[in-house]
Amino acid sequence: MFSEYLFFIISIAAIYSALMVLISKKPIHSVLYLTLCFFAIAGHYILLNAQFLAVVHIIVYAGAIMVLFLFTVMLLNLNIENDFKKPRLIKFAAVISGSIFFLLMIAVLKSYDIAIVQNPALTQIGLVKNLGNVLFKDYLLPFEITSILFLAAMVGAVMIGKKDIY
Amino acid sequence: MPDITNDMQFIPLSYYIAFCTALFAIGVIGVLVKRNALIIFMSVELMLNSANLLLAAFSAYRNDPAGQIFVFFIMVVAAAEVAIGLALLVMIYRSTHTIDINVLNKLKW
Repeated sequence: MFSEYLFFIISIAAIYSALMVLISKKPIHSVLYLTLCFFAIAGHYILLNAQFLAVVHIIVYAGAIMVLFLFTVMLLNLNIENDFKKPRLIKFAAVISGSIFFLLMIAVLKSYDIAIVQNPALTQIGLVKNLGNVLFKDYLLPFEITSILFLAAMVGAVMIGKKDIY
Repeated sequence: MPDITNDMQFIPLSYYIAFCTALFAIGVIGVLVKRNALIIFMSVELMLNSANLLLAAFSAYRNDPAGQIFVFFIMVVAAAEVAIGLALLVMIYRSTHTIDINVLNKLKW
């Protein structure tokens, strides 16, 4: 019962901050609200007993990605109130189509009967020990290939960000 | 596989489906409504995260660690993607002095 209340509190916090990302005028407020949303999602991971994912999520998203966003906003002086706006009709249509998408997905996923085999509060798979076993036994090759991806991303980011490559 | 829904009480899986779909829909609306490239990028991150959370939820309810490994890999790819995307954004800002996506319509038609 207690975890259910916790679920609702974290969910409302996440959805509220996700909405505020879209509503707030200044980009820097959007970035901060998105950070709040990511922390709420990390709370959800803890609720699912996926502790490794919760920690990785906080380090990668709140620690690295959002800092990158903040750097971009602050260093480029992008914190302008956005004076470019879409027409009201397009906004209205976007919200309507987004809501229809939500209803559609709910309706589709509701008709599936997904077998539940484990109480998520008791599951042990999310712990570092078990995940590490799986990661370094069954998924060793993808894990190594990821490092090549990171190298490529690093080189690419430096190349794109350079001032005069032409 | 045995179904344990009858004798245990915990958060139903459908709650997670509803919550993640709501987050995803908010991300979709953000991509459609906004013209600021930075906010569109953040909405994409939001969608990525909702998919991640649903994957982790399924993995925890079905007691299958592969799902959580996938979430880990998705996070890795997302980190690389953000680095490249923000570099592109900086480049666009340097050449056009705006991040309004309506300026970037050379490839539109």
